[in-house]
Amino acid sequence: MSSSGIRREHVGTQTVFRLSGDWTTSALAVLEIEAGEVIDSAASTTGPLTVDAAGIDALDSNGAWLLSQIVHAFQQQGTSVDWHGLKEHHQPLFEHIRRSQPVPQSPRQVMGILRVIEHCGESVQLWMRHSLTFVSFLGLTLITLLKAVLQPRRVRFTSLIHHLERTGIDSLPIVAMLSFLIGVVLAFMGGEQLKRLGAETFTVNLVAVAVLREMGILITAIIIAGRSGSAFTAQIGTMKVNQEIDAMNTIGLDPVEVLALPRVLALMISLPILTFFADLMGLFGGAVIAVTVLDMNIPQFVRQLSEAVELNHFIVGIAKAPLFGFIIALVGCYEGLRVSASAESVGRQTTRSVVESIALVIALDTVFVVFFSIIGV
Amino acid sequence: MKHVIEVRGLETRFGNHVIHDRLNLTARRGEIMGIVGGSGTGKSVLLWTILGLRKPDAGKVSILGFDIDPDDPAAAEAVQAHTGMLFQDGALFSSLTVMQNIMVPLQRHTRISKGLSENIAGLKLSMVGLDPSAAHKLPSELSGGMRKRASLARALALDPEILFLDEPTAGLDPIGAAEFDHLILDLQRSLGLTVVMITHDLDSLFAITDRISVLIHKGLVTGTIPELLALEDPWIKQYFSGPRARAVETAKMHTESDDLKQLD
Repeated sequence: MSSSGIRREHVGTQTVFRLSGDWTTSALAVLEIEAGEVIDSAASTTGPLTVDAAGIDALDSNGAWLLSQIVHAFQQQGTSVDWHGLKEHHQPLFEHIRRSQPVPQSPRQVMGILRVIEHCGESVQLWMRHSLTFVSFLGLTLITLLKAVLQPRRVRFTSLIHHLERTGIDSLPIVAMLSFLIGVVLAFMGGEQLKRLGAETFTVNLVAVAVLREMGILITAIIIAGRSGSAFTAQIGTMKVNQEIDAMNTIGLDPVEVLALPRVLALMISLPILTFFADLMGLFGGAVIAVTVLDMNIPQFVRQLSEAVELNHFIVGIAKAPLFGFIIALVGCYEGLRVSASAESVGRQTTRSVVESIALVIALDTVFVVFFSIIGV
Repeated sequence: MKHVIEVRGLETRFGNHVIHDRLNLTARRGEIMGIVGGSGTGKSVLLWTILGLRKPDAGKVSILGFDIDPDDPAAAEAVQAHTGMLFQDGALFSSLTVMQNIMVPLQRHTRISKGLSENIAGLKLSMVGLDPSAAHKLPSELSGGMRKRASLARALALDPEILFLDEPTAGLDPIGAAEFDHLILDLQRSLGLTVVMITHDLDSLFAITDRISVLIHKGLVTGTIPELLALEDPWIKQYFSGPRARAVETAKMHTESDDLKQLD
């Protein structure tokens, strides 16, 4: 077997190409270079041309395509091609390939500044449409919630209890650990700064107010958004991909009532409880640092705490919890229902769900801070 | 090398559950072989084992003279370059366009330029009868039948010697399924492929397969349909002589006699 390639010979004014070897995919890299040279020389070739394909041992469709390109290049130049020697059993394949049509080039992308502007416009439009549908889903959920209040029979209690366990009890360890650490960090940083003023006892005030009003609820909401909000989107999204939502609709079950309602209620109940727990752990973290680093003893800490904390600090924090729970569950269910038929969109929507619910929670929290400071609570 | 695929004494177990027990299979060069069997008899597992996606619990698989062993990268590489697989739902890479999908095996196994691999991808598209406008679409923008064709184009990218098909006509309408059968037969003839296909489509089995392997009693029985029927096995008999099979056969006899009339 000779090696795959093309040999050029000149007989008088005539150019002869002798093709040899395997014209198959495994030899394609070599053949491409040789065929490229031959095709490039097409323009400068004058006089008749002979292609002798008798040396071709094996031919597959990729090799045949390269072959047809060579012949095509010369024919385009108007050179007459005498073409012979192709083995009988290669003939049908070659003819088959020759007839196949070329594929159009990929559409050119708009580049540069125009593309940026176009992308901005698209995003804004998408965002506006997205906001509108979100508000309509909010309305739908509120109506369903109201119906459930009037007719408690509508609430699926098994599902509610299941989600309470998953979002509430199962998240206790992580919520406890992280809020304890936040308490530690606050006491450490605050203590160091206040020591310079000789006011390290006020560290207790700092930790207590920060944890009770803001940090306890924020940390809990962020953990739950990442843990339960994402799970809601993934669960509902997978059901959407499996056409379970369509099945519900054909049977006459309302997906908002069956899927969204128990999840929304579960988070509205579990988030305040988790927040209360987070508050306790945050204060405990502060106490540990106050005792070990700031040389306070436990009675001192408790006294300072009872002086610093008023009931309204605690209420301001915990009052936000049901609302944040509502928002997280709402976004989770909404993004889950927006999953299209493909599995990859489950992943995309889950990411969106977490980002959106955390962003909404923090934005709402800011509104609350401003509001409470105006009314002076 | 007469047999392009040779499976000897294959055993497959899931825990204590034996799926294949001393299973033998040989596929001859240039034939279309159908694999049939009831649900849970391990048709897909057999295909995965042949492709080297699963290590056999016992026995030997060789393709084109190479022994298949998932732990031997060199043999795996050689087999990958000479086989193509059409998965049931296409299994096209969802983030790539159809054309990019077809270019993946070319870029992995050859060292040709991007321009040439684009051209070859275009050639494969036209070979499987896909409209050129589909080339730059994402798989999610295609219909089920088009996805199958695109996936077939990817399986053919390297001009494989063996083509594996997992339920190629499942999910296609009868017209689409018949077209797909024709396409496979056409490609098999012009490219000289060996085709191994799992299928439940009796039309396909009667229309294009040369031999059929039946997974039964944890082993394989191979033969043409009359040979299989002569075995007097109740399951095989029911499979090929059930009401659905009879309908296919009568229809086929009708078209054949029509063809004869036209010849006259």
